[in-house]
Amino acid sequence: MTAEKAVRTALQEVLDEAAMAHTVARMAAEILERDGDSLMLVGIHTRGIPLADRLARAFREATGRKVPVGRLDITLYRDDVGPWRPAHQQPVLKKTVLPDSIDGQVIYLVDDVLFTGRTIRAALDTLVDYGRPLAVRLAVLIDRGHRELPIAADVIGKTVDTTRDEDVQVRFAEVDGEDGVWIGREIEDAG
Amino acid sequence: MKRLLIRNGRVVDPSQGLDQGMDLLLENGVVAAIGERLDPPARTKMFDAAGLVVAPGFIDLHTHLREPGFEHKETIESGCRAAVAGGFTALCCMPDTDPVNDDPAVTAFIVKRAEQIGLAKVYPVGAASVGLKGEEMAEIGEMVRAGAVAISDDCKSVSNAQLVRRVLEYARSFDVPLAAHEEDLDLSAGGSMHEGGVSARIGLRGIPTSAEEVMVARDVLLAELTRGRLHLCHLSTSASLDLVRTAKQRGLAVTCEVAAHQFVLTDEDVAGSNYDPNWKVNPPLRSAVEVEAILQAIYDGTVDAIVSDHEPHHADEKEFDFSDAPFGIVGLETAVPLALDRLVHGRVIGLMQLVRLMSTRPAEIFNIPGGTLREGSPADVTVLDLRALRTVDPASFKSRAQNTPFADMRLKGWPAATIVGGEIVWKA
Amino acid sequence: MPAEVATALARKDVVGISQLDVGEIQLILDTAEELLEVAKRPIKKVPTLRGSTVVNLFMEPSTRTRFSFEVAEKRLSADTLNFSASSSSVSKGETLFDTARNLMAMAPDYIVIRHPHSGAPHRLAQEVSASIINAGDGINEHPTQALLDAFTMRQHFGSLDGLKVVIAGDIRHSRVARSNAFLLDKMGAEVRFVAPASLLPLDAEDLGVSTHVRLEPALEGADVVMMLRIQLERQKRINFPSMREYFDFFALTPERLMLATDSAVVMHPGPMNRGVEIDSLVADGTQSLILEQVTNGVAIRMAILYLLAGGRSEAASDS
Repeated sequence: MTAEKAVRTALQEVLDEAAMAHTVARMAAEILERDGDSLMLVGIHTRGIPLADRLARAFREATGRKVPVGRLDITLYRDDVGPWRPAHQQPVLKKTVLPDSIDGQVIYLVDDVLFTGRTIRAALDTLVDYGRPLAVRLAVLIDRGHRELPIAADVIGKTVDTTRDEDVQVRFAEVDGEDGVWIGREIEDAG
Repeated sequence: MKRLLIRNGRVVDPSQGLDQGMDLLLENGVVAAIGERLDPPARTKMFDAAGLVVAPGFIDLHTHLREPGFEHKETIESGCRAAVAGGFTALCCMPDTDPVNDDPAVTAFIVKRAEQIGLAKVYPVGAASVGLKGEEMAEIGEMVRAGAVAISDDCKSVSNAQLVRRVLEYARSFDVPLAAHEEDLDLSAGGSMHEGGVSARIGLRGIPTSAEEVMVARDVLLAELTRGRLHLCHLSTSASLDLVRTAKQRGLAVTCEVAAHQFVLTDEDVAGSNYDPNWKVNPPLRSAVEVEAILQAIYDGTVDAIVSDHEPHHADEKEFDFSDAPFGIVGLETAVPLALDRLVHGRVIGLMQLVRLMSTRPAEIFNIPGGTLREGSPADVTVLDLRALRTVDPASFKSRAQNTPFADMRLKGWPAATIVGGEIVWKA
Repeated sequence: MPAEVATALARKDVVGISQLDVGEIQLILDTAEELLEVAKRPIKKVPTLRGSTVVNLFMEPSTRTRFSFEVAEKRLSADTLNFSASSSSVSKGETLFDTARNLMAMAPDYIVIRHPHSGAPHRLAQEVSASIINAGDGINEHPTQALLDAFTMRQHFGSLDGLKVVIAGDIRHSRVARSNAFLLDKMGAEVRFVAPASLLPLDAEDLGVSTHVRLEPALEGADVVMMLRIQLERQKRINFPSMREYFDFFALTPERLMLATDSAVVMHPGPMNRGVEIDSLVADGTQSLILEQVTNGVAIRMAILYLLAGGRSEAASDS
């Protein structure tokens, strides 16, 4: 039995609080330009939700109008649940709440990080069972590459280069107590 | 406003521990006042009870009234007449009528008929099983609502122990006891008198004491299992009474009764009757040893009530030989004098204990109003003449039937007057 | 993707409430809460158990429970196979295990079993690798019923802790009463069994309940009144006399319901015998949650199927 190497996670900041606020504001402007405020924001659990709320707040400040905000749980549509999970270990289900009918609406799926694209694929399948949107667009705070499916975002906050085994951590004050984006990488702990 | 003042009598009331000269004022169907030297208000009827005993009305827990269905033997009216002539203010009638009293309609009929007659109060005992067949439970709740105070399959025994268990359990929801006639029909089959030396001598098939005892044992154990209330009818053997004694010591809700004839006659009297079916009764008249045990059990409080087990039969029916004749003797008009003569004058128990056995305890066991002369209790009074000396004369019975072994017996202590609801319904 | 909380029922089967702990019960209820919403969508289906096979092995007649399981299975996109007693080879003398082994040769992921004998699902669970879900075994347990009942109560009252629940009917032979008693006791509710003593189990207090031989005194302060179906089969006339008598003294009528708290609710596992154990006015009244129970039944069964899923890759590597 080999001794386990001690490891720790080194964090490199990619966006600080101010930069994150700028980025969100710019994303809101882009969305406004493309689709005006006739749309619905749907945040994907977990951190897509505070992001969607912030985008909605930005719209409110810009246009004075309220954009409907929903939340989506994609667990039941994931491609790695049911028979494919380790025995009897299913993920916890969370709430899906859509404030209005999605028929004929422009839906913006909102998530914090776009990675392999599988979450978005599941989100699209979920939405389709709720109705027939006019169009579905994707807004993400961070695009970190390494797509496994042909999925692309319409509005990107920041594109970040990462390796597969790096970990992108997005934190929102509402959920994590602070704002910011970090890349985490495991390194050997010499001490 | 009906008022009756019973004065100068010796009031014996076990519920108040009273045995002294008191006056008793009855008004509007209840006891209005009890005290020494009461002053009667205007328009009060008077009854002078000087030299007499004044007791709460006697309640017979075990009578067969025969109506509906067997009116040639007895009717509710003739039975009530016999009851008050025998010193009883209330009686409980068994369900072996035709139709069987297993239905609230029959129960209500009996109650109503008795009210119309206006003599003794009648509290029906409903059947435990439909048709007394011992197979299905009868509608106990409905019968209780219609006026039943207990349930029983008398004169039969329920062979199916599971049904007895369920009946004991079910009856707890209505707080009524199961009054059980205890007889193993296989052990008693063919018998017509007590099995012992006498039956051997006179050549009659006998009913062993075990026929009663095995069922008493079974039902006492079921009473324990179910926490139900069990009242054992007309017990006749020493071992049965021992089982009751033990059950009581263990705190089980088990009570029992004994019929007057059971502590007066023995199987020797059957022998002396020359095979006269007036001595044929179920349970049979037992040997002297068993009768002695009964007297002991009466003395030590194991027995809770003395009853008549009044079973009238038409004269034609007893015109058979001993084996073919039906079981049963009349008792309403002989129970009280037999008890006074044999138990009180016979110094087995005191008068207070006798009143307890024929009034107070019966009221408690079947939850019947009465058994006491406290203010506010029903104006039901039994007046006794302890010194009266009379001969039993079946021809003068109020009952339609005269099947009794006590004809021409000279007894000391007789009822003198019976008062129900504040009215004198019978006077000697 | 954010790290999810891996949760588990610590078992491959749901055979009884007796085996579940409070955490597992909470998990099932919480999961059912989320799955209720599937029934409200235009497309009442999610692909989660696509490709899974469920065998409904009902060795005892049942319409509504089997129907409820089928709806739950189909809403999760699982494939359903129905196997009922009359068409089964058990009547030809095949043992329960042989039937199950034959079924297992077709590799189902789940067997939902209802059986007239207590303990059959428990034995089966040890013998086969499929997940066994007990849909009622003899007079022992009916866990999914108790779970949907508890879910309905929690939905209405917010919590089960301290709730006073009356369960009335033929308790002695009722697996619904037993499973409910076990579950409610674990979750901190107070359970009162009501029946004439001939319909109560001996020593019922060992189940953590209080017993009452009349309904009226037990209703005082009750938050939930659950009536069980009374059936007068031939052999049961030894336990109580008639439907008329049961209705007169033990049924839930509007008058008796008033003895409970003002906010009390009425439940019934169904099917109801109107005019026997429950008055129609009460069954259809504003305090009745009977229809909610049916809706919740599907969600609870979906939750159990969802939580027991998985292990395909492991099973494949095992063979």
